[in-house]
Amino acid sequence: MSALLEVRGLRVAFETRRGPLIAIDDVSFDIAEGEILGMVGESGAGKSVTGTAILGLLDPPARRIAGEIHLDGERIDILPPEAMRRLRGRRIGAIFQDPLTSLDPLFTLGQQLVETILVHEPIGAEAARARAMSLLAEVGIPAPEARFHQYPHQLSGGMRQRVVIALALCAQPRLVIADEPTTALDVSTQAQIIELLKRLARTHGTAVLLITHDMGVIAETADRVAVLYAGRLAEIGPVRDIVHAPKHPYTEGLMGAIPRLGALRSRLSQIDGAMPRLDAIPPGCAFHPRCAHRVDRCSVDRPQPVRHGDREVACWLHAEHARDR
Amino acid sequence: MTDEALLAFDGVGRDFDVSRPWLERTLGRLPKQTLVAADDVTFRLARGRTLALVGESGCGKSTVGRLAVGLYRPSRGTVRFDGLDITRASGDEAAAWRRRIQMIFQDPYASLNPRWRVEDVVAEPLRVRNRTLSVAERRERVGRLLAQVGLSAADARKFPHEFSGGQRQRISIARALSSEPEFLVCDEPTSALDVSVQAQVLNLMRDLQDRLGLTYLFISHNLAVVEYVAHDVGVMYLGRLVEVGPAAAVLGAPLHPYTRMLLAAVPDLAMTGAARTPVAGEIPSPIDRPTGCAFHPRCPHATERCRVETPVPKPVGDGRTVACHLVAP
Repeated sequence: MSALLEVRGLRVAFETRRGPLIAIDDVSFDIAEGEILGMVGESGAGKSVTGTAILGLLDPPARRIAGEIHLDGERIDILPPEAMRRLRGRRIGAIFQDPLTSLDPLFTLGQQLVETILVHEPIGAEAARARAMSLLAEVGIPAPEARFHQYPHQLSGGMRQRVVIALALCAQPRLVIADEPTTALDVSTQAQIIELLKRLARTHGTAVLLITHDMGVIAETADRVAVLYAGRLAEIGPVRDIVHAPKHPYTEGLMGAIPRLGALRSRLSQIDGAMPRLDAIPPGCAFHPRCAHRVDRCSVDRPQPVRHGDREVACWLHAEHARDR
Repeated sequence: MTDEALLAFDGVGRDFDVSRPWLERTLGRLPKQTLVAADDVTFRLARGRTLALVGESGCGKSTVGRLAVGLYRPSRGTVRFDGLDITRASGDEAAAWRRRIQMIFQDPYASLNPRWRVEDVVAEPLRVRNRTLSVAERRERVGRLLAQVGLSAADARKFPHEFSGGQRQRISIARALSSEPEFLVCDEPTSALDVSVQAQVLNLMRDLQDRLGLTYLFISHNLAVVEYVAHDVGVMYLGRLVEVGPAAAVLGAPLHPYTRMLLAAVPDLAMTGAARTPVAGEIPSPIDRPTGCAFHPRCPHATERCRVETPVPKPVGDGRTVACHLVAP
């Protein structure tokens, strides 16, 4: 499988008066066509910054200081702003957490969809209208003809998020970046949106970067998962392996900390302490002060991701066993 | 659930007037509108136990929490705390009752005064309730409270912004414990926290319950969290308790179709890759409640009776009460 999106050695810094703070430090991953890559981590781990960097929407003080981003083999991180603007929407769609801020309250859903389609596709108004209708039907909005003339405030949260997904799909993008798309929704609605995302990836071959803090959503939706910690990749690999047999001590702690239905454990395992702030990332492995398995080397050398079969783990405990680097 | 319940709700309802302003209503000839946030809520919460209320947004679980601490007055029914009807209590009786209850809120960023040092935040209930305490005694108590929630006494001099979300929630817990309450209402206490931090706070809450014999009314939308902390679970839908009983029964073998739907919708780590049928539809607005059983438009088993007649909560054996015509006719 060839990669649709390739991110290589991405580094993002926030410029401050006291010097740059590294929010993303040497992160590399791929997403194949039709694949859903989940990205998890605690608040401040750099999930959203990664998504924003791919979209080329980093605003000062955030700045990409190293790394390359390739879409379909084309390097996109060095495109001029105008070319990047055309690329967004046409080839990369975005879905954000709060559907209300992604929709214009003053225009009907139909107007917003038709406008977006006309910007990206060389088709007439009538064809655009028909396409908007079929998009609304595709994302599971009942009675699209009636909804077409409604305003965002007339819809429930789940319906709004469906419209945002329809907007992101207007130009049939190759890649969709979904940043916490279900976090503002109730569980029953969340389940519907998860199904929708999965269907899109399957039927259109769209690659999806699914950013969320909810491991349950990832387990149900994603093919592979990337675990971020303090702006670095701790572990990346197939969702089954990472959920059921995590290798990195942080991933292991994270999995033990999630309450699961029906598990009836006497006690949740907890990782003591908290993720370091960006201005106080410890030397060596960023996780070592909280790690129960740390060795001397962990506080000195930073471990690089090492391949173990289908996955990569950045941890000295697993570095020796790898066959090749 | 016996009569020795610490907290008893009997047929409690709470309405809110959501009508347009008088002038607009008169000019537009609009009717008055009432939102029924809670209706016919009946449950018992025994001392030293945890009752969790679950449901989707707008189901009335926070309203019930606020009724339990007296922040709202019920429109119907009675709320009793240790035998005392809190809606009728006044003067010294009410003051004594209030001393025994506390509340922990969802957002640890909004519920702590940013201009106060942690010691002032934690000591405020002490200052209000126990004026005779000397400064040194107060400081000592604050130190002990902070140690109890896993912070150090040195943290007392710091301001809330110097702490992470999980630490702030610990401060909220220390503040709630400072007046030595028996009963705590926790409204989504871990929803704003990351999972690893959530585990720390949930473990702390359980330890404190074991050590101090606390009684919790725990409000959450997260069923897995609820299963971890609660002895009893109440499921709410559009202001009504549709199923309430021991956690193992309600979450392990749900009877009400809504409880089943809710459980089926939770993304599960074990189900990796497995397909499932998501539930159709969404919660209707509480202003415009469906007739009969409020769940009937989404219920796969709905009959004509469900459309007309509101089901009354009925006991079904195993300590559980269910409001469904099909389960408890």
